[in-house]
Amino acid sequence: MPEIRVTPLGAGQDVGRSCILVSIAGKNVMLDCGMHMGFNDDRRFPDFSYITQNGRLTDFLDCVIISHFHLDHCGALPYFSEMVGYDGPIYMTHPTQAICPILLEDYRKIAVDKKGEANFFTSQMIKDCMKKVVAVHLHQTVQVDDELEIKAYYAGHVLGAAMFQIKVGSESVVYTGDYNMTPDRHLGAAWIDKCRPNLLITESTYATTIRDSKRCRERDFLKKVHETVERGGKVLIPVFALGRAQELCILLETFWERMNLKVPIYFSTGLTEKANHYYKLFIPWTNQKIRKTFVQRNMFEFKHIKAFDRAFADNPGPMVVFATPGMLHAGQSLQIFRKWAGNEKNMVIMPGYCVQGTVGHKILSGQRKLEMEGRQVLEVKMQVEYMSFSAHADAKGIMQLVGQAEPESVLLVHGEAKKMEFLKQKIEQELRVSCYMPANGETVTLPTSLSIPVGISLGLLKREMAQGLLPEAKKPRLLHGTLIMKDSNFRLVSSEQALKELGLAEHQLRFTCRVHLHDTRKEQETALRVYSHLKSILKDHYVQHLPDGSVTVESILIQATAPSEDPGTKVLLVSWTYQDEELGSFLTSLLKKGLPQAPS
Amino acid sequence: MAAHLKKRVYEEFTKVVQQQQEEIATKKLRLTKPSKSAALHIDLCKATSPADALQYLLQFARKPVEAESVEGVVRILLEHYYKENDPSVRLKIASLLGLLSKTTGFSPDCIMDDAINILQNEKSHQVLAQLLDTLLAIGTKLPENQAIQMRLVDVACKHLTDTSHGVRNKCLQLLGNLGSLEKSVTKDAEGLATRDVQKIIGDYFSDQDPRVRTAAIKAMLQLHERGLKLHQTIYNQACKLLSDDYEQVRSAAVQLIWVVSQLYPESIVPIPSSNEEIRLVDDAFGKICHMVSDGSWVVRVQAAKLLGSMEQVSSHFLEQTLDKKLMSDLRRKRTAHERAKELYSSGEFSSGRKWGDDAPKEEVDTGAVNLIESGACGAFVHGLEDEMYEVRIAAVEALCMLAQSSPSFAEKCLDFLVDMFNDEIEEVRLQSIHTMRKISNNITLREDQLDTVLAVLEDSSRDIREALHELLCCTNVSTKEGIHLALVELLKNLTKYPTDRDSIWKCLKFLGSRHPTLVLPLVPELLSTHPFFDTAEPDMDDPAYIAVLVLIFNAAKTCPTMPALFSDHTFRHYAYLRDSLSHLVPALRLPGRKLVSSAVSPSIISQEDPSQQFLQQSLERVYSLQHLDPQGAQELLEFTIRDLQRLGELQSELAGVADFSATYLRCQLLLIKALQEKLWNVAAPLYLKQSDLASAAAKQIMEETYKMEFMYSGVENKQVVIIHHMRLQAKALQLIVTARTTRGLDPLFGMCEKFLQEVDFFQRYFITDLPHLQDSFVDKLLDLMPRLMTSKPAEVVKILQTMLRQSAFLHLPLPEQIHKASATIIEPAGESDNPLRFTSGLVVALDVDATLEHVQDPQNTVKVQVLYPDGQAQMIHPKPADFRNPGPGRHRLITQVYLSHTAWTEPCQVEVRLLLSYNSSARIPKCPWMEGGEVSPQVETSIEGTIPFSKPVKVYIMPKPARR
Repeated sequence: MPEIRVTPLGAGQDVGRSCILVSIAGKNVMLDCGMHMGFNDDRRFPDFSYITQNGRLTDFLDCVIISHFHLDHCGALPYFSEMVGYDGPIYMTHPTQAICPILLEDYRKIAVDKKGEANFFTSQMIKDCMKKVVAVHLHQTVQVDDELEIKAYYAGHVLGAAMFQIKVGSESVVYTGDYNMTPDRHLGAAWIDKCRPNLLITESTYATTIRDSKRCRERDFLKKVHETVERGGKVLIPVFALGRAQELCILLETFWERMNLKVPIYFSTGLTEKANHYYKLFIPWTNQKIRKTFVQRNMFEFKHIKAFDRAFADNPGPMVVFATPGMLHAGQSLQIFRKWAGNEKNMVIMPGYCVQGTVGHKILSGQRKLEMEGRQVLEVKMQVEYMSFSAHADAKGIMQLVGQAEPESVLLVHGEAKKMEFLKQKIEQELRVSCYMPANGETVTLPTSLSIPVGISLGLLKREMAQGLLPEAKKPRLLHGTLIMKDSNFRLVSSEQALKELGLAEHQLRFTCRVHLHDTRKEQETALRVYSHLKSILKDHYVQHLPDGSVTVESILIQATAPSEDPGTKVLLVSWTYQDEELGSFLTSLLKKGLPQAPS
Repeated sequence: MAAHLKKRVYEEFTKVVQQQQEEIATKKLRLTKPSKSAALHIDLCKATSPADALQYLLQFARKPVEAESVEGVVRILLEHYYKENDPSVRLKIASLLGLLSKTTGFSPDCIMDDAINILQNEKSHQVLAQLLDTLLAIGTKLPENQAIQMRLVDVACKHLTDTSHGVRNKCLQLLGNLGSLEKSVTKDAEGLATRDVQKIIGDYFSDQDPRVRTAAIKAMLQLHERGLKLHQTIYNQACKLLSDDYEQVRSAAVQLIWVVSQLYPESIVPIPSSNEEIRLVDDAFGKICHMVSDGSWVVRVQAAKLLGSMEQVSSHFLEQTLDKKLMSDLRRKRTAHERAKELYSSGEFSSGRKWGDDAPKEEVDTGAVNLIESGACGAFVHGLEDEMYEVRIAAVEALCMLAQSSPSFAEKCLDFLVDMFNDEIEEVRLQSIHTMRKISNNITLREDQLDTVLAVLEDSSRDIREALHELLCCTNVSTKEGIHLALVELLKNLTKYPTDRDSIWKCLKFLGSRHPTLVLPLVPELLSTHPFFDTAEPDMDDPAYIAVLVLIFNAAKTCPTMPALFSDHTFRHYAYLRDSLSHLVPALRLPGRKLVSSAVSPSIISQEDPSQQFLQQSLERVYSLQHLDPQGAQELLEFTIRDLQRLGELQSELAGVADFSATYLRCQLLLIKALQEKLWNVAAPLYLKQSDLASAAAKQIMEETYKMEFMYSGVENKQVVIIHHMRLQAKALQLIVTARTTRGLDPLFGMCEKFLQEVDFFQRYFITDLPHLQDSFVDKLLDLMPRLMTSKPAEVVKILQTMLRQSAFLHLPLPEQIHKASATIIEPAGESDNPLRFTSGLVVALDVDATLEHVQDPQNTVKVQVLYPDGQAQMIHPKPADFRNPGPGRHRLITQVYLSHTAWTEPCQVEVRLLLSYNSSARIPKCPWMEGGEVSPQVETSIEGTIPFSKPVKVYIMPKPARR
């Protein structure tokens, strides 16, 4: 019995360090290779020793697929390929390939330079790792080897995020990575065709949430910013460099354009500049509006947003500043925050979630007096706003995607166990699809039905199709042909061709049957009576009376003879070939019932 | 004498004219018929290879074929069809047969037998499909012939089992277009098998080829369109198709479901997996709502569009479409809209800024949550958030239509519409503003909603702002703070975009007159009056101050207590504004002032009838013209023209008619005057100078006739004939004058010939109207046509001269509705003393803003002309996108005109005006056979020109020499 086995090494009933092993028809594929934000020890990377204790991973894995550039999906990649050792192909989309090394380098810098960790991967390792990457286009079918093929679908979420279909023969698995079913200001919505995979592995971050329309949030955000700058206040928006930052930039940029505003917007530089450069290049991955207008103007060529300089923070008058990092725990955003916090005209907008212990978390929970290093106390008079812009599908979106793909079963990863439980129940109830939610290290085995493809010759297919009068696509239909098994493939051909190919002569198989009739008349007359009888019954068959006294119905021959011993009975000889078995047996049973009495 | 006799014959047997007409037709026919089919025949015989033959056929298809010769051509084509072995040539022939059978005036029943015949022997699937298409063309051409239709349906049924999808497609199309339900049963007697077309088509809903499935659904829709009632059983079949793999099938299925739901809205259908039942229209609504989140955007657009027209759906279902049932972490959460509403009603609007104020409250029962509902939950929420703007626009339109029919739904969808004001695509924003305007009768804006609406006033797009002003004109505001807010935002808008002045004033006018009671408490604040102190008098030229006054005065109209709050200068300003901006400031009942205008207005209405009568009488009086002596006729005409002009000024609704007839009379007057000239009596060479008057008259008549033809909307064919007739007279006059004044015959030859050609054209185009033109110039001219053709120019001139004098004055029938095209240039105003300075040789952009009334097809006809002081004129064609259509018959032109000139030493004025361009061939019906084929011969005679139709505006400009 063929089966698909799935083992999450990370992201099983958990968020972070996504890493899922899939074995499908003898092929092993690793989906994503991420790190965990919450840990600083060995637990931050997936446990690759699960795959093999000693020996190269290359022997056990056919390929690795990275869905997008977030570190919890690609952070462990250099460690995995260079330090543990993997030389096989790594597949990702072009934008991911471009942006991924920037983030990895940034991650390495923080870990090594700031925290002083030893035994971490080096810049060279990142470079070497990226050399093993094979970039794929959307909807491009890539043959990993003769049997294994993969195909990428658009997923929204961040630039270059993709869902992957993994297919071996007739079995297939779809892995969604992170995706977004509602479009935002710079990306479109995830889309997949009705590919009917055996298994759909989907994220379930918002398994228990149904979200409000995005428009209200956007409007609120814009209104708050607009009001503040009109009052002459300064707005600080702490962001992480990639993803949401671009969305907010576009949002503000278009608003500024529409409303003809002149207030300056700044973006603190750093890796953003490089990333923006890539955003400009990958226009086909963005949403409809940007794609349609980029010929006139590339939306990522910001007209109103300029690079930030440290000195600008003291400039008088209103301004909007995007600064990294997003949780106000260090760096430029914290510096600016300290300068502006004392003025109640100013405002800080937190666009995302803040980890406990950071300044961002403190001010969000309403703390107005902050203790800074050096025993200073910072009084926060500026307004603090929270605006959530997240790009994961909500429960409805997940259901919608499952509905679109029509899988045989669903497997949930990348979410909390409790929330998954709810979604699992809903999926089984409403979609009537089996659903799994394995924990890390737990293996799900999924039996699949084996289907064997059989080739059919076009001539035979057409001939058989022409016989059926009405189209009934879903109903099984009887078909005559010969199945040839040769060189481990199956072909269905017409019997004539099979004979020809096999070099066999055709044998005729004929059945003959005698039917005794009580009839005193002459043979000729009996034959005539049989003829007229059959003619009256079989209206849509070709019945003929031959000059030698025999009757034919299509190719069935009926002869009447008079046995010498009994003149009162006549013997009807019915003879038909194997192909006409149905008609032949019908005729004999008909004749056995006897002829109707002659009208005379 | 002969002419006289002939005329009598005409009078008695008017049909004779018709005979003449036939003669002309046959003459043409004889020329073309043999050449057409014979040439084709020869060509096809010559063709050695299929490619050659194909080339000949393609060439042949480029030229039109007259109805009379179609049959011959068809025969030849069929003959070749039988001989032809190459399928591509047969295909082309089949398609030509279809095209030919569409020719007007040709009855294709004679070729049907042949077509069916060749269909039976055809092997190629493509050719089969094309032949079926031809049969479809034949069948649609003969809708009354039942027998033929039955036969065609039979043929189609036979070929339904073909293996090629193309053939099955065409068969289904044929069934959809020709099949019938009831009639086939009654016509049983004819021996044709009774067929339930609907059943047959329905069977193909499950065909294996998606294209055939689509064709089957489309055929079903076609049956519906032809008025056959579809069975309700189709509903279930169609529902199954909603989950088809192919988008075109789903898209068509959505349409079919919609059709069935409109046919059987009240029948009851069971809900699967429960034993409840609901109305079919509700069920269908739910299903279509579900398709709003389909994978293909084509289907989503289709579904969103259709939702708008399902008005019978119960309100319970309708309101679900806006409700998404939010939750967070399994706890019920309120939407931002609900929170805003609550904040508003609790009176602490825009103060509750806390983190987590959107925190979810009560727990949700996990069992009760339904993630994919069969119902309509949140369909519009999804549609309005869609990735493709096409879907969003369709959703907004649907919202609009549903909200118009259901006030409670209108109230609910308001929040969503307001949200759409922030869409990233301008078209969507505009559409949602328009939608809001359309449903504004049903709604009252809350303050927070008004706030969001007003924020859009700062949009940099002029269209958006003006749409918003229109919206504010008809919005209901609930509080006085709302009015104040609106005023403040509008004034802000005014300072930011001063060009919006007129639109803002108009908006405030309506805002004031709709909410008098809300404006009242604001008056002291707005006028900044103080109970004890005199405040400074505001500047009367300040547009913002005028805006405030417009609001207040319009409110004061229905609020008699308000004027008591005005200070002295307000009254003075009122008097000034009432005169200068009378369209914005109404007449007020102020203390110590008489109301003059309001007393007059009712009497105008009662006078309407007499003025119409007066118009009729004065026109009738003119038609007795013939019996007067020339002097008297002239005087009568002059009087009447003066009367008509005055009437047009007084009565705006009759202005079009009055102007139109006055212009016609003026033409006649000119003609009479010209014929009265003395020069006719004297030998030709002596009076060169005086002939100026006659030729000028001829020229002017020509101009006036062009104006009559192209400047008025609603001119019918009857009038066009008369106008053309007048023009012909003017041309004759021109010819005579030229003959008199020029020596030598050579130029005259050409002119005569041209004139005769024009008479010929006139006769051809207006052949049906000729009987109405008895006794007229043309009538007489046509009698003498054979003689004229052979005469020398001098003789022709002589004949024309006498005929012009004798010809009768034609009665101009008045059209039902006629409006004169007019234009007013709003911008540039032409008052500025400051010249527009620019470096010579470079360009300067001048903003032009004009309103056009009663202009048909302004995109093609309206031009801007710039006249420089040195007489240089420049014509500019505005872009089609510069025209907006704010209302029926009204257009607005907002464009930029680029000026450039070499250096001047002093600032000078250039003139800007609008022109209406015309093309005289535009009114003449064209040959319908081949669109985009060869240029028709009429174009050669067409005359293009322009008519100025706006007052010129002077712009002061100053090109400076470039500094080096």
